[in-house]
Amino acid sequence: MTTGTLIGQEVKRVEDQALITGRGQYVDDLRLPGLLHIAIVRSPYGHAKINNIDVSAAANAPGVVAVFTGADLSEQLGSLPAGWLLDEEATGMKAPEHPPLAIEKVRYVGDAVAAVVGSSPAAASDAVALVEVDYEPLDAVTDAEQATADGAPVVHDDAPGNLAFDWAVGAGDYDAAAAEADVVVSERIVNQRLIPNPMEARGIMADYNAGTEQLTIWTSTQIPHLVRLLFALVTGHPEHKVRVIAPDVGGGFGCKLYLYAEEVICGIIAKNLERPVKWIESRTENYVATTHGRDHIADAEICGTSDGIVTGLKVHVYANLGGYLSTFAPAIPTILFGLMLGGCYKFENLSCQVKGVFTNTTPVDAYRGAGRPEATYVVERMMERYAHEIGRDVLGVRRRNFVRPFKRGHDMPIGVTYDSGNYQGALAAALDKFDYQAFRQEQRDARREGRLLGVGFSTYIEICGMAPSAVAGALGAGAGLWESSTVRVHPTGTVTVFTGTSPHGQGHETTLAQITSSRLGVPMQNIEVVHGDTERHQFGTGTFGSRSLAVGGQALMMSLDKVIEKAKKIAAHEMGVDAKQVRFENGTFYVEDIQEREIPWGDVALGAYWAKNLPDGLEPGLEAVSFFDPQNFTWPFGTHIAVIEIDEVTGETKLNRYVAIDDVGNVINPMIVDGMVHGGIAQGVGQALQECAVYSDDGQLLTGSMMDYAVPTAEDFPTFETGRTVTPTTVNALGAKGAGETGTIAASPAVVNAAVDALKHLGVKHLNMPLSPERMWRTIQDAKEERRARRSAAARRGN
Amino acid sequence: MNQELSITINGTEHRLQVPSRTLLSQLLRDVLDLTGTHVGCDTSSCGACTVLVDGNATKSCTMFAVQADGCKVTTVEGLASNGDLHPIQEAFREKHGLQCGFCTPGMMITAVQILERNPSPSEAEIRSGLRGNLCRCTGYHNIVAAVQHAATISGGE
Repeated sequence: MTTGTLIGQEVKRVEDQALITGRGQYVDDLRLPGLLHIAIVRSPYGHAKINNIDVSAAANAPGVVAVFTGADLSEQLGSLPAGWLLDEEATGMKAPEHPPLAIEKVRYVGDAVAAVVGSSPAAASDAVALVEVDYEPLDAVTDAEQATADGAPVVHDDAPGNLAFDWAVGAGDYDAAAAEADVVVSERIVNQRLIPNPMEARGIMADYNAGTEQLTIWTSTQIPHLVRLLFALVTGHPEHKVRVIAPDVGGGFGCKLYLYAEEVICGIIAKNLERPVKWIESRTENYVATTHGRDHIADAEICGTSDGIVTGLKVHVYANLGGYLSTFAPAIPTILFGLMLGGCYKFENLSCQVKGVFTNTTPVDAYRGAGRPEATYVVERMMERYAHEIGRDVLGVRRRNFVRPFKRGHDMPIGVTYDSGNYQGALAAALDKFDYQAFRQEQRDARREGRLLGVGFSTYIEICGMAPSAVAGALGAGAGLWESSTVRVHPTGTVTVFTGTSPHGQGHETTLAQITSSRLGVPMQNIEVVHGDTERHQFGTGTFGSRSLAVGGQALMMSLDKVIEKAKKIAAHEMGVDAKQVRFENGTFYVEDIQEREIPWGDVALGAYWAKNLPDGLEPGLEAVSFFDPQNFTWPFGTHIAVIEIDEVTGETKLNRYVAIDDVGNVINPMIVDGMVHGGIAQGVGQALQECAVYSDDGQLLTGSMMDYAVPTAEDFPTFETGRTVTPTTVNALGAKGAGETGTIAASPAVVNAAVDALKHLGVKHLNMPLSPERMWRTIQDAKEERRARRSAAARRGN
Repeated sequence: MNQELSITINGTEHRLQVPSRTLLSQLLRDVLDLTGTHVGCDTSSCGACTVLVDGNATKSCTMFAVQADGCKVTTVEGLASNGDLHPIQEAFREKHGLQCGFCTPGMMITAVQILERNPSPSEAEIRSGLRGNLCRCTGYHNIVAAVQHAATISGGE
């Protein structure tokens, strides 16, 4: 393979050989001698008191080795922690106890109650039905707004009114702006609950060596180091005696970003039994036991002039957090939502209030985009709602309100500083691919034929590159959000790169090797990227928030620079020149204008270890460690365009075209970035058109299996039309902003805006997701009925 | 209760005694250690477990092992021959048809059947043929491109 610069090249993935030949190693593919299997007894009630648990029948069942209840393990297991706590004084933050196995009360369907250990998966799961739990059902509440009403069932006694926090952020004076505005438009905007659905559900294997007290946990996670840290805090087992390994991970999308009950349960049971144990989550179990996403009820209001200048936005939200605080739950609807509400626009008056609410539902935490899709949906929906209200074109209104292009920082009224942006440029690039005027003509023609076409836009921005630790810490983060790397050059010149990021499909082994190859001139096949193992790499933060390249990539760059600096000293000594004279290019150290003085990379690597001719005082070896803590977030942006057609007879909404221009700064591997954009779009479109988690009032998840929850298929999408503008960030030397979440953040408002555009002539102003055939059919029927009523009323007045 | 079966997997014949309740996916993964076949759901929805049973793409989680008595089964481990990748494997790598890789074995097996039945499928035919296999990473964009590419390198139009 070439060794020149691979930055920006579509290098095929080094991950693929194992994965396409069936040699991947996901948790359930791992085996240990003497392995036992765990099945979890889960609450069938949304809300109930536990009067008694009788495990005797289960314990005596064939193949059952042990049964553990919460009471059995209460001495060994503390509460599962929330890793992000908002300011208590300002928000009334409540973080109730979260026992890994419920002891006195269950708070959602799926809440873990007991763990059955069997000699086979079947023995364990068969015996689950034999655990007799005496439940006393209580009234449940699943809707966040209803949960705050007087008299609502109380999920946690120490969180009155079911309020976890009441958080506010703002800028300027919204009320004054609204009072002076020509136009004020309000809308209730629901962002429905979603189920993340990585194709691999969660799975855990744990092994304990009583001789060394070493506990090893393999888990399908995005954050192995944070799992180790939190595991140590919850169990008291010393952190340095815990090794967490994330093997191949079959997707995450945010839902593998926490310490889960099962991780501490499996670890402690392995320790108690001194036997290896494994727990593999079934899909139906995943639907109730793994976090959900979104679930906002927002009351939004936008104000502005009659000729298209927006002056303010107000958003009040009920954010459903589920039965307990998941690890990052408080951050998602607050920091990652409220700070995004300025969008890419100039308006200066903003008022945001978010009530985080406990309900009898599965805990809600990050799902791809995490707060930012919810914010973008409100902003982009309200921009078009406002444009329609004043009778102006949706693009003209956006252009009028865009922040002007900037390269080195733009202070937003809300108190954040965007790194770089050119929102006009992304919109123009999208319109190069999409002929807007021609579409409007096509739309008019189609309408005459009785066909309903619509176009919707989303000129989005996102907050990525998680995160400057001091800023995050001030906002409530319970951990630093920097990233680290080690570059280890071996005596033969091959290289191992260690990263604290932890991929699950993003192709880090390829991308980080491309960077390393380009900087060191070492061919790709001589570089190995190691991730996902707390024993092989020092602390790292993991993969989420589009951070791996923007933060982890920069940590790698720093280590590469250190290695090169040291190698130059060794080469200079060998050549008898000053290190400042040494140049390094394409794997060769040389001195300019002195052709014969040239040393290849491999000789310097060997020299570093042989150490027979090192400069005085220089340590042998060639290895560097770096920790990068960014000074700011990164702020990718772009323009997405959706074209939909609604079948008036069936209500079916079909996505005909999807154009996406994203600006994620500099790109290392365009093939990988495009792939992530495609997947994100599919998840955003899936939310807009078909996905929705539904609870009954008593807390049963009605969309509780893959047969009931509409995960999109290949038939639901057209071929996506993607492209990029490039506005590098100044936050890191790579100029990379992060590309993991663009599509999910941008897509749902683009699609819903398109549907509203298609029905605008019928008087439709807003639609809630998903745009199911039933919803669309009813909307069209109701709109027509209203129009008929209006016309006959007008006719009567005319008479 | 154990039952006997004879089954040919990736060209190798096996005579086995398995509990009646053993699913074909469990036989492959837990008995024969062919862990390339993945299980992503419990409702026959996701298709990650798809294998060829006598040439038909079949969800191995929804079939008892004993039902495959006397059958020839091909799994992802059996796609490559003599060290050469199958065209569909080449195409998935070339067109970046996988990210996390979990759905990939089942997706490729289904694609093999699509191309066997129709060597030159249209985009719509590919999308329709893949609807029993779910992927959450790719939005199917590059999977469709990979199937199209496999058709091309296999000699279809």
